[in-house]
Amino acid sequence: MSWTAKVKPSLEGTEKVSVGAGVFRRCSGCDETILAEEFERNLEVCPRCGKHFRLHVKRWANLLLDPGSLEPFATELAPKDPLSFTDGRPYTERIRATQKKSSFNEAMVSGRATLDGRQIVIAFFVFDFMGGSMGSVVGEKLARTFEIAAAERRPAIVLSSSGGARMQEGILSLMQMAKSVAALGRLRDVGVPFLSLLTDPTTGGVAASYALLGDVNIAEPQALIGFAGARVIEQTIRQKLPEGFQRSEFLLAHGMVDIIVERHAMRATLARLLGHLVG
Amino acid sequence: MAELEFERPLLELERRIRQLRSSTANGPGFEAEISRLEDKARRLQQGIFAALNPWQKVQLSRHADRPFTLDYVSRLFEDFVELKGDRLFAEDAAIVAGFARFRGQSVLVVGHQKGRGTRENLARNFGMPNPEGYRKARRLMELAARFNRPIVTFIDTPGAYPGLGAEERGQSEAIGQSLLCMAALEVPIIAVVIGEGGSGGALALGLANRVYVMEFATYSVITPEGCASILWKDGSQAARAATELKITAPDLQRLSVVDGVIAEPPGGAHRDFDQAAVNVGAQIEAALSELAALSPGQLREDRYRRFRALGDFAENFAPTS
Repeated sequence: MSWTAKVKPSLEGTEKVSVGAGVFRRCSGCDETILAEEFERNLEVCPRCGKHFRLHVKRWANLLLDPGSLEPFATELAPKDPLSFTDGRPYTERIRATQKKSSFNEAMVSGRATLDGRQIVIAFFVFDFMGGSMGSVVGEKLARTFEIAAAERRPAIVLSSSGGARMQEGILSLMQMAKSVAALGRLRDVGVPFLSLLTDPTTGGVAASYALLGDVNIAEPQALIGFAGARVIEQTIRQKLPEGFQRSEFLLAHGMVDIIVERHAMRATLARLLGHLVG
Repeated sequence: MAELEFERPLLELERRIRQLRSSTANGPGFEAEISRLEDKARRLQQGIFAALNPWQKVQLSRHADRPFTLDYVSRLFEDFVELKGDRLFAEDAAIVAGFARFRGQSVLVVGHQKGRGTRENLARNFGMPNPEGYRKARRLMELAARFNRPIVTFIDTPGAYPGLGAEERGQSEAIGQSLLCMAALEVPIIAVVIGEGGSGGALALGLANRVYVMEFATYSVITPEGCASILWKDGSQAARAATELKITAPDLQRLSVVDGVIAEPPGGAHRDFDQAAVNVGAQIEAALSELAALSPGQLREDRYRRFRALGDFAENFAPTS
């Protein structure tokens, strides 16, 4: 698929409704029914209440990067099945089906690019690929992202959107946490910045590895960011969790993210930060 | 004493032998009968432990009577000085740390610490650290590196604590920082999984030059119960998940996640703390002497290469995006 190809808008979190001639979507944030076109034009952000819905990785690339500048690397990497894992349906089958449906080999797209004229290395999680879970391929791509960034002295940006480690690759998925963080350490050594862009959701093993170690941690509004699942916590502590628990604003209030940035302002904010940190 | 289902026939036989011994009965064939029963017990034990399935090993790895970090510390180290606190918020007793002498050499010991009994378990939060535990570990590991002291870690936790306060105070960040710190240190680091290697909370002490696992310990990305409840919405299928997840010592060695398996005494580490400690000590000593040949920079590089190589993927797939 070409990177300039038109991407079907996602309908995540919204309900498609047909009324008369137009196609509408009902926002799950404010319950308003809004023209689908308007939603799409507004980068999957509700024009009424500002709720941010998930944006397809290609639209993210178009939004953040200089047109045509993305040169993906490690595109030939694909998952294997080191555990011969099956949950009734074999992991290999699940992968094949997901690859076909998503047209991605794995849950990460990484590449060199320019942002506002600056050379960077960027990695995007593909949430549609098994919940953006981190297995061996994602770990490898993250490691290469940080290594290339260090070697070529290009700032690294990772856009996280992941439920955490991929269960189907078991302990090897856990090891990707160590691998990605170790590679990030090399980037720190050479004094090249890492901007960590946290989108909904960034949880589990992804949160607990490189994702909250950004030189700057930037979150989208209301993104779910945290280590443990809310249900597990409620069962453990036997009490209701407060409103807004593990959302970006909660992390900002507790000092874990630097800044919350709306999608429309993301590109400009990244450019400004790079301007302060490099060159 | 906690008893596991599959240990019961053996434990009952052993009780019978003890009763016989203490009875006043005497007579021809009495000694022969006891030694016949002891033989039977040995065979029974071999039979049970040679055929353990992954779920049974999970239960062993969580055995309430298993030796914990401080049991190894008291047997293998001298002059242990425990140091506490993260200098930011609190002391967390779910992780213990301090300097101690191992075969004459000062090292930093860090490990998860479960409690023996309810009262101690509450104090130690069942070995589930809050962010402060990881921040204490990091503070002391950096201190050890500043004074060129090797680090030995013991891994034994159900996982990092999933609590409200833990999230407020940045459990994710604390684990990530611990990994970042361990990756960068220029002293030898040796990790031993002695019981439960529960996910990120275990890995946070596991970014070492050499990682070993006890014969009946486990190391997993998620608990079998958690995995089963996600995959089949049914936590009672944990035994099936334990098999699928490949979390036992031989699996971990096959996947190169560990560098070696440390044998446990017959019947498991909980049956003979001293022998378990002897076996662990021998492995730590061998690893430390191996790593002594490496320069500070090489130690760091060795750790990098070790973890960089972990993972399994295809490299010749038709590129898409």
